[in-house]
This record gives sequence, structure tokens and C-alpha cells, in this order.
Amino acid sequence: MSNTAENLRKEPLLRVVKRAELPTGKIILLRLLAVLLSLIAGGIFIACVGQNPFVIYMTIISGACRSVMAFQGTIKLMIPLLITSLGVTLAFKMKFWNIGAEGQIIFGATCATFFALFFSGLNHVLLILIMFLSGFIGGGLWGLIPAVFKVKYNTNETLFTLMLNYIALHIVSYLRDGPWMDPGSQGFPKIARFDKNASLDKLFGIQFGWLIALILVVLVFLYLKYAKQGYEISVVGESQDTARYAGMNVKKIVLRTMFLSGGICGLAGMIQATGSDITLTTSVAGGVGFTAIIIAWLAQLNPFAILLVSFLFSVLEKGSSVVQSNFGLSTDCADVLQGIILFFILGCEFFIRYRFLFREGNHGTDTVKKEKEG
Amino acid sequence: MAEQGREVYAIECREITKAFGQVVANDKINLNVKYGEILALLGENGSGKTTLMNMLSGIYHPDSGQIFIKGREVKINSPVDAMKLGIGMIHQHFKLVDAFRAMDNIVLGTPGRKEKSRDMSEKIRKTGEAYGLEIEPEKYVSEMSVSEKQTVEILKVLYKGAEILILDEPTAVLTPQETDRLFAILRKMKEKGCAIIIITHKLQEVLSISDRVTILRKGKSIETVDTSLCDAKKLTELMVGRPVSLKIERPKVPDPETIFKVVDLTVRKPDNSKAIDDISFEIRRGEILGVAGVAGSGQKELCEAIAGLLHAEKGAILFHKENILGKTPSEIIEKGVSMSFVPEDRLGMGLVASMGMTDNMLLKSYQKGKGPFIQRRPARELAQRLIDKLDIVTPGTETPVRLLSGGNVQKVLLGREIESSPSVLITAYPVRGLDINSSYTVYDLLNEQKKKNVAVMYIGEDLDVLLELSDRIMVLCHGKITGIVDAAKTTKEEIGMMMTGEKHGGLS
Repeated sequence: MSNTAENLRKEPLLRVVKRAELPTGKIILLRLLAVLLSLIAGGIFIACVGQNPFVIYMTIISGACRSVMAFQGTIKLMIPLLITSLGVTLAFKMKFWNIGAEGQIIFGATCATFFALFFSGLNHVLLILIMFLSGFIGGGLWGLIPAVFKVKYNTNETLFTLMLNYIALHIVSYLRDGPWMDPGSQGFPKIARFDKNASLDKLFGIQFGWLIALILVVLVFLYLKYAKQGYEISVVGESQDTARYAGMNVKKIVLRTMFLSGGICGLAGMIQATGSDITLTTSVAGGVGFTAIIIAWLAQLNPFAILLVSFLFSVLEKGSSVVQSNFGLSTDCADVLQGIILFFILGCEFFIRYRFLFREGNHGTDTVKKEKEG
Repeated sequence: MAEQGREVYAIECREITKAFGQVVANDKINLNVKYGEILALLGENGSGKTTLMNMLSGIYHPDSGQIFIKGREVKINSPVDAMKLGIGMIHQHFKLVDAFRAMDNIVLGTPGRKEKSRDMSEKIRKTGEAYGLEIEPEKYVSEMSVSEKQTVEILKVLYKGAEILILDEPTAVLTPQETDRLFAILRKMKEKGCAIIIITHKLQEVLSISDRVTILRKGKSIETVDTSLCDAKKLTELMVGRPVSLKIERPKVPDPETIFKVVDLTVRKPDNSKAIDDISFEIRRGEILGVAGVAGSGQKELCEAIAGLLHAEKGAILFHKENILGKTPSEIIEKGVSMSFVPEDRLGMGLVASMGMTDNMLLKSYQKGKGPFIQRRPARELAQRLIDKLDIVTPGTETPVRLLSGGNVQKVLLGREIESSPSVLITAYPVRGLDINSSYTVYDLLNEQKKKNVAVMYIGEDLDVLLELSDRIMVLCHGKITGIVDAAKTTKEEIGMMMTGEKHGGLS
């Protein structure tokens, strides 16, 4: 008993304490600090693999922006990331965990490909319009499936959307190996390159998907902030009970929003296939659907912040491919770097809300004072 | 503090401070309890009662200050530490495993091997008898009534050897009769030398059970007084910080025309048990119909059925002689039936926590404007009007309502409902968690509606308030109406009997 009583005299070494709500300026400062720390930590990693961190960092930036060509390459990477992030943002605002953007991208691309392959003779403008529409609807339907099951049987949307990714992927494999196999490839399983008539036009040397992405940024922003439907999404995301009490048709809102969310992701797939790849491959999504989730959250679901974050992500990706060719560092190293940066930025969110208190000899009132200042 | 030489307190708190972010929940609180004494901790909601008790039971850790148990300074880092020190906390929401028997719940978490059922049962019965607690150790918790569950909670801490008991609003879920029984048990424990802290904001209970009262206001310990030297008026003054009148107005009903009628309504819960069992009643223009009943007697389901959220099995709800059962919630809102339900977490249903007042004003009316976009300007003006009219304390119309205090949140909610000028206003627990002053603002608001010939249904918890405010009181028990009585002619005891299921003789 005396033993336990002795223990009861000690405070734990470390305690987590909730912070006061910080002013915006301070939050931004904290985030910048996190970025800086992540660069330092990344630098240590680079130094460990035997390279000069400053040189590598400079190469990443110059690699992404050194020439018009390089910059165009960066933007090309950015288009699907940006559009998909906007797509998942709609679902996330509603707290519907759509991690099936991959599948929605693939299925949207697949639907558009159908027209690209079999109706390539149509009028160019009409064909492109049809392909846009089919990409949007295809992705939307792929997003609608888990939503229907969610509202009808309350299934887990996280698992459901994830599983649909694999289904979509294997549908493409099937089409590639079977019905849609390029007759001119002599048995090699691939889908034929699209006719020029069925591929997106270029604007300033890049496929004009970038323009659509920019328009979408504005549209999604307006939709979420000023439209009645956007308002409904926020309310449903906050509390379904409140939404029901307010007379909203929650099921309808969930279905509609998931259709839009999937539709925008499908658009990303269609633009990637017809603008960049000019064919349909199994890697049309290539992890974009997952990276988009990270981008959306890092940007706190704000469309303009998404624009910025997806640009930075593309710079990192493009730049590290240059690093790979110049210094022989594998792209895996870039992934490690990306991971380190994410770790710090996401970790910083914790420090925005909480802070640590160490055990002190004299637990006087000065602790409290410090807290108020900090 | 050394009035009678060196007396060893069971608990002594010195200068306890705890802040959550910017909110200082406890500010240099002093408190002490002797063995064989019942201390009431009185304070309005948000005055820091529960925070303080959570620190004593090891859930939170104080930022500064000292805690002494039996005269020795201690650090309580976890509920296990608290248990070792003999502190037992009985929470407002029971922490029992439904699928276990009473005795399994009681021995849960005690060290050593599990004993044989018979021995265990015998031991528990003995512990119970010592304190005058009746219990069936073999009974499953899921089959118990609320008061039985509370007995299990109490026995659980006594069995573990607690000598210091903390009860957080133990009477909130009890009928008046059950409350009396609980108090008898507490007195017996006091005789056995236990130190008891009881948290409450019901003045009558403080006066009847406690030896001393410590009053908290806005996180500070204001004063500790001997109960015998106090009355309700003085306690209220200490609690609120200034004199308040405790009288509630009850204007006369001018025009008793019935506009809302519930006929033979039966509603089932999702688990298929009957939540509302064949009830009929009516609400007249310009009257307040009070609804009394132990928590969970079907109040929530009744509200949801009226609002069109819950499917009714049988019956009809007539509004202006038109059946609104089966209409969608938005159609019902359109007709002028307004619902403000304040759930236990206060923000849950009527308001969106992360949105500002403006956006919350829009919640039920955003569809009205033309076009696909929301019109925020009228909502902002409405929000501003409410701030002025109801003295809502907020930095601005765009500040998220979760940052407002409980009283202000409820003013926002009720204010919005009233502004929609309804003909039927249904409010459930509108003063839940409000301080006395805000509560009276709410009563005034309701009376104002009554004068405007609105039919008001008031679902409440505090019987004293129901008796003063309502014109008629309807009592629910297990989803049935056990009586509808004239509030001016009934007594608290009579309502209490009906809450336990005794039918009232003549319906008025």
C-alpha cells in the first residue's frame, strides 16, 4: 500500500494538453515550420544515401520548371491529381469516405474509350463532348454503386469503394486481353492507340485538360460555398440527424453527391486517357486516386488550396524523375521523401491542436501562464 | 480552514486549476469533505463541477494545485489510482455491461481470481445489506430498471472498498420516489463513515440531503456554506451571483381552440418494441402542454413521429383537422409545425456545430430562395436580429456555434424556431443544461409564444418548472399516457406516481 501511495505522488513525465484555438497566422507559421523541418529531415535522408541534399533539392525544382517542356510535363502530371482531388473533396465534405477514386477514374476512362475506339469517325467536337459525358457518367455510376448500398443497407463505404477499384482495374485487363485488344499488335495485349480525331486538342502545348481542371476548381468552390446543394452536403457531413430534422432528404443528397464525386473522378480518367496516354491502359489511374486523398486533406478540402498542393506534388514527382536520371537515385527515394514531408505536415496538425507538458518540479501557476502565452 | 484543530479531511483540494485550451474550466478551486459527511457541489452548467470530479477520479489531470486524500498529497493519474485511494465515481451515464449479470459488473476490474458464482453472489448481497441496498446479483443488467442500474453502480464502487463516493447528477434519471430511496441509502452510507460528494443543480435536493454545500460559479469556488443555514433563495443567489426571482409566469389561456390532435398513435422503435403505445391527446391554441416522464418514456419518439421522421404504426396526427402522418419532414415544417429538440449533447439535431449563426438560420429555410444558390443576406440579418433581441453573446454572426456557450446555443435554436412563426411549437428539453438566468429567458420566450396564440408542447425534466409553466401536464410512462392533469390543481407527488405508471383517475 505504501508502495502504491509512493507512486501516486508522481506525475507522468509527459502529458498532452489541449491548446487554445490558434490565430490563423500562427497556424500558417506552424505549417511552414513543419515544411522546413520535413526538408531538413529529408536532407538528412539524402545525405545518408550519399548525395548533397542542396543539390538534390535544387534539381527537383529546376527539373520540374527548367524548360517549357519540363513545365508542361509537370502540368501534365498535375491535371489528373487536381481533378481527382476536387472529386473526392465533394464526398469528403459529406464525410463519405470515398477511397475509390482509382476505380472511378478507370471506369470513366473505360466508358470514354468505348466511344474513342468505336465511334472515332464522328464529328470531332461532338465526339469529344460525348466522351466527356460518358467519362463523367461512367465515373459517377461507379461512385453511385457504393452510395446505393450505403443508403439501402448501410454498408461500409470505405471497403466498398476500395474493392470496386480492383473490379474496375480487372475490367480493363479483360478488355485489353480480349474484346478490345489491338488487332494490329500481333497478339501483344494492349488497346489500340486512339485516332487523332478522338484525342484531346492541345492548348499552349499541353492537352486542354488543364483548362477544364481550372474551371472545375472555380465550379467546385462555388458549388460548395454558395449552392443550396453544397450547403446540404455540409449539413449532412456534420450530422445526418440535423439534416433529417431540417427536412432534408439525406439519401438523395448522399446519392447525388457520390454521383458528382465519382463523375469528376471519371472525368479525370477520361482526360488522362484521351489527353495524355491517347490509349487506355491498366495504369490510367496509377495511384492518382490515392494521392488525391492526401492532397484533398492537406488542402483542408479547399479547392484553391488543392490547386496549390497538387501543383507542389507534381513538382516533387516530376523533379524526382529528373533526379533519378541525373543522379541515379531511384524514384523510390522520391517516395521516401514524399513520405517524410507528409509525416511532418500531418504531424503538425496535432501540434496545432495539442501540446505536450513535461513534468515539472514545482507545478506552480507559471505553467498556466506559459500556456496562455503559447 | 483549521476550525477544530487538525481535522483530517477525506478529500481536500487546494487551488486546483484546469484549462482546456482557452477555456479555464477550474480556476483555483478549494474544496474539502470530511468522513461521514455529504457535500453537495452546486453550480450551473459549465461551472466546472464535472471537470473537478473527473480530476478526482483520475480522468483528467489538473494543470496546477494539490489534492490531499486523508491528509496526504497524491497525484491521481488514472481511474485505477483513484480506486486505490478509495475514491469511487458514479457517472451520470451508467458504465455497465448490459449483457452481464449485476455481480459480473460489480466484480469487473477487481484483482484476483474470479470466485464461484454462489460465493460472489453471497458476498455482494452482504455488502449491499450493510448499506441497505437491495439487489439481485444474478439479474442481468439489460433487464434492470434505471434505479436498479444505479444501485449496481453504487455497489460496484462500494465493493471495491470506496470510502469516498462521488455521484454526478444521480437524480436526473429518477422519479421523485426513487430519489427518496437513493437519499435514504446515501444517509446510511454517511452513518457508516463514507464521505460523499453529490453533484446537482436541483436546489431542493441540495437542501434535503447535504450537510454542507460548495458553490461553484464560472470555474471558481465561490463559497462553502452549512446547508442548515441556507434556503433555496440564498443558494440561487450564490450560484448565479445576484438575486433572481424564481417565479414563472402563467398567463391565462384566452381561446382554448384545439388545433393539434394526436389520435391513437402507436410508434415502434427500431428494435420493434413499442415506444409510443396507443396515445391520444390534444394541444390547444395559446396553451402550454407540459409533458412529464422519466427519460426514455417515449418523448423522443413522440417528437420524431410528429416531425415526420419516424414511421407510425397506427393512429393519426391531426393538424387543423388534416392528417400530417405520412407527410415528409419538409412538408410538415412548411405547414407551420415547428420542432426544437434539444438532445443530450445539445448540438446534435437542431444546429450544425461548425457553422455560424447565419448558416444555421438557413437550415430549415434555405430551399425557399429562388435559383440554385443560397441567399445569405436575409439570414444574416435575421441572425443579427436574434443577437440583439435575445442578448446572444457571440463574436459575430459567422462564429461557429460550437464556440458559443450552452445557453447561447439554445437561444439560437429556439430563436430560429420562433422566428419561423409557427402555429405549433414543440420544444423538448429547451433548458437542458442552461443556467438559471437563461432558463428564465426561455420560459419567457415560450410564454410570449403562448400569448401569440401558438400551441406549445413543452417536454421537460424538472417537475417544479413543469408545474409552474404548463397549463396542463401530460405524463408519459413506457410510451403510455398515465394521465393528463390541470397543472394548477396537481401536486409533484401525484405526477411522480403517474411517472411510475399509476394511472390517474379522472382525465381532465
